[in-house]
Amino acid sequence: MTELSLVQAVNAALKRAMDEDSRVLVLGEDVGIDGGVFRATDGLFNSFGEQRVLDTPLAEASIAGVSIGLAAQGFRPVAEIQFTGFAYACIDQIINHASRLRSRTRGRLTCPMVLRAPAGGGIKAVEHHSESPEAMFAHIPGIKVVIPSSPARAYGLLLSAVRDPDPVVFLEPTRLYRAAREDVADDGTGMPLERCFTLRPGHDLTIVAWGAMIREALEAADQLAKENIEAEVIDVATLKPLDSATILASVARTGRLVIVHEAPMTCGYGAEIAARVAGGAITSLLAPIERVTGYDTMMPYLRTEAYYMPNVPRILAAVRRTMAYA
Amino acid sequence: MSGSEISIRSTRVLDSEGKIVGAMPEFARNPTILLRLYRALVLTRTFDTKAVALQRTGRLGTYASSLGQEAVAVGAAAAMEPTDVFVPSFREHGGQLWRGVTLKELFLYWGGDERGNDFSSPREDFPTCVPVGSHAPHAVGVALAFRLRGEKRAAVCVFGDGATSKGDVAEALNMAGVWKVPAVFVINNNAWAISAPREKQSAAVTLAQKAAAAGIPGAQVDGNDVIAVRAVTEEALARARQGLGPTLVEAVTYRLCDHTTSDDASRYRDDAEVSRHWPAEPLVRLRNFLTNAGHWDKAKEEALLHECSSAVEQAAEAYLATPPQPLSAIFDFVYAAMPTDLMEQRKAATLAEGAA
Repeated sequence: MTELSLVQAVNAALKRAMDEDSRVLVLGEDVGIDGGVFRATDGLFNSFGEQRVLDTPLAEASIAGVSIGLAAQGFRPVAEIQFTGFAYACIDQIINHASRLRSRTRGRLTCPMVLRAPAGGGIKAVEHHSESPEAMFAHIPGIKVVIPSSPARAYGLLLSAVRDPDPVVFLEPTRLYRAAREDVADDGTGMPLERCFTLRPGHDLTIVAWGAMIREALEAADQLAKENIEAEVIDVATLKPLDSATILASVARTGRLVIVHEAPMTCGYGAEIAARVAGGAITSLLAPIERVTGYDTMMPYLRTEAYYMPNVPRILAAVRRTMAYA
Repeated sequence: MSGSEISIRSTRVLDSEGKIVGAMPEFARNPTILLRLYRALVLTRTFDTKAVALQRTGRLGTYASSLGQEAVAVGAAAAMEPTDVFVPSFREHGGQLWRGVTLKELFLYWGGDERGNDFSSPREDFPTCVPVGSHAPHAVGVALAFRLRGEKRAAVCVFGDGATSKGDVAEALNMAGVWKVPAVFVINNNAWAISAPREKQSAAVTLAQKAAAAGIPGAQVDGNDVIAVRAVTEEALARARQGLGPTLVEAVTYRLCDHTTSDDASRYRDDAEVSRHWPAEPLVRLRNFLTNAGHWDKAKEEALLHECSSAVEQAAEAYLATPPQPLSAIFDFVYAAMPTDLMEQRKAATLAEGAA
C-alpha cells in the first residue's frame, strides 16, 4: 500500500495499464517529457518512450480522432485533454465516430479508447478550465462516463476504463487531484464500471453525488450525524451506464433523496437520477427530491466562483427541507 | 510575398479523347490491368445508375452519386495493397468495390442497413463517412498504428473539396506531417460542395498546396484519368512505405450529378456547365485508348455492360430480398456487453413489438 493523491493514482493506473498491455498508448498535449499539465503522465515517457507516450500537436478534435483510428487498429489509446473546456472540440469525434463505430459496423470495428480530462471548478482557474460537462457526455449512446472521487477509485476505475472494450470518457475532478491522499494498493485490481459506491450507510435520507462533490456530501453527512440524522452517501462514479438498482434500493429504505452536482441544474445528470427514482421508487418517497447543483449560469470567474459551487450549507439546507417535509 | 503561388505538379496520362499526353506508368503497359480498371469504372457507373433508380422508386435511401468521379476512388484504391486500409468519404463506391466490398453491401448501406458496413472483406477498412472530413484524423490514427507496429502498410483517405475547408482535415494533415505517418490523402475535387463552387470554398490557387502548410508533398492529378490517379497514388504510397511520410493528392474532376438524390443542382448550377464537362468524363477516354490500342471493341463493350448489369441486378435483388434487422439489433451493438438499463429498454421494446 502506498499513500497516493488522486493524480498520483491516475499516474499509477496508467503505468500499470501500460505495463500489463503493450497495446495501451498515452497521447495528448504535453503528456510526454512534461508529464502533462497536472503531471498525470509524469514519468511515463521515461518508462515507455516516445512510441507509447505521444506528444500531439495542439489539436483536440484530432487527438480524439487519431485515437479512434488507433483503437480501430487494436491499440488501446488513452488520450488526455488538458481541460474539459477544450474537450468540447472533441464532441463531434466522440458522438459521430467513437461512440458508434461498433454499432455502425455491426461489431466489425470497435473503439476501445479512453478520453481523460480534468473537470470541475473550485480551483481558481482561468475561464473554460472549470467545466462540468458530464451530462453532455452521458447523453451519448455507446460511451461510458466515469468520474472518480478518491485516489483508490481513480486507480481502480481508470484501470477498468482502459481495459473496457468500448470508449470511456473519464473525468477527473481537478479539485481533488491533490486534495487528499489515501492508501492505494497498486496491484492492478480494477473496479467495476456500472456500479455505484455506497460510501456511508444511513437510514434517514440518501445523498447522491459524484466527483469532487462527494467531499461536500460526506462533510454534510458528518454534520447531520451530530444531529442524529443518518445520511446514506452514494458515489455514482459511473454515470453511464447507471447503476439504478443501488440508488433505488437506498431510496426505498430512506424515502428521501438529495442529489448534489456541480454542473448546472437544467438537464443536469441529477434530472436523470430524479426521473429514475420517480419511475422506480415513487411509492417510497416521503418528500420531494431535492437537487443541490450549480446554477443555470456560466461558471463564474475565479473571484466569484464560490457563489456558484454547491457547498455544505446548501446541502444541509436541502436536507432540512427534505427532512421537514411531511 | 509569394505564398499564394506555390508550384504544384499536375499529372495526366490520357487526355479526354484517350490520347497519351504524359508518361505511361509501368502498370499501364499491361493491358490486363487497364481492362480491370475499365471494368471497375463501368461497374461503378452501373451500380450508381441502379442506386439512383432504386432511390427514385422509393427502394433506397438518399444516395450520393459518384457520376463522373469514378476514376478518383477506383484509381486510388487500385494503387493500394489489400492489406492497406481505405478510409473513404461517401462518394467512393468505386474504391470500395475495388477493395472487395460487395455490391449488396453497398446497397444495404445506402438502403439504411448497418450490415452494409460489416464488410465481408476488407475487414479493416473504415465504413463510409458522412460528416464531412471528420474521418481524416482516423486515417492518421490507422497510419500511426502501422508505423508503431513497424508494418509496411498505409492508409488512404478520400474526401471532397469542401472537406479541405474543415479543421479536421487541416489538423489531420498537420499531425500526419509531424509524425510522418504512412498515409495518402486524396481530394475528390469535383468542383462543387453542394451549391458552393470551388472558388467559394477556398482562395487557395490549388487545394493540393494546402499540403505545403503541413510540410508534406502535394500534387494535382487529372481526376478523370484513372491511370494518372493510380500512378500518383502509387507514388505517394511508395513514399509512405519507405517511411517518408504522407502526401496530399488533389484529383481534379467534376460532379456530373446532383450532390445527392435529395439535391437539385439546377437551382445553383447551369446545365451548360455540366454539358461542357461531359466530354472529359473518365470512362470514354480509357475506352478510346483501349480501342485504339486494339484491346477493345463493340462486342467486348456489350459483353462487359451485360456482365456488370447482371451483377448489379443480382445484388439489388439480394438487397431487396434481405429482411430488415430485428428490433433487438438496434440494442445489440451499442456496447460489447449490454448494460443493465439498456437490457431493460431492449426487453420492453421487444415485448411491445411482440404485442403489437
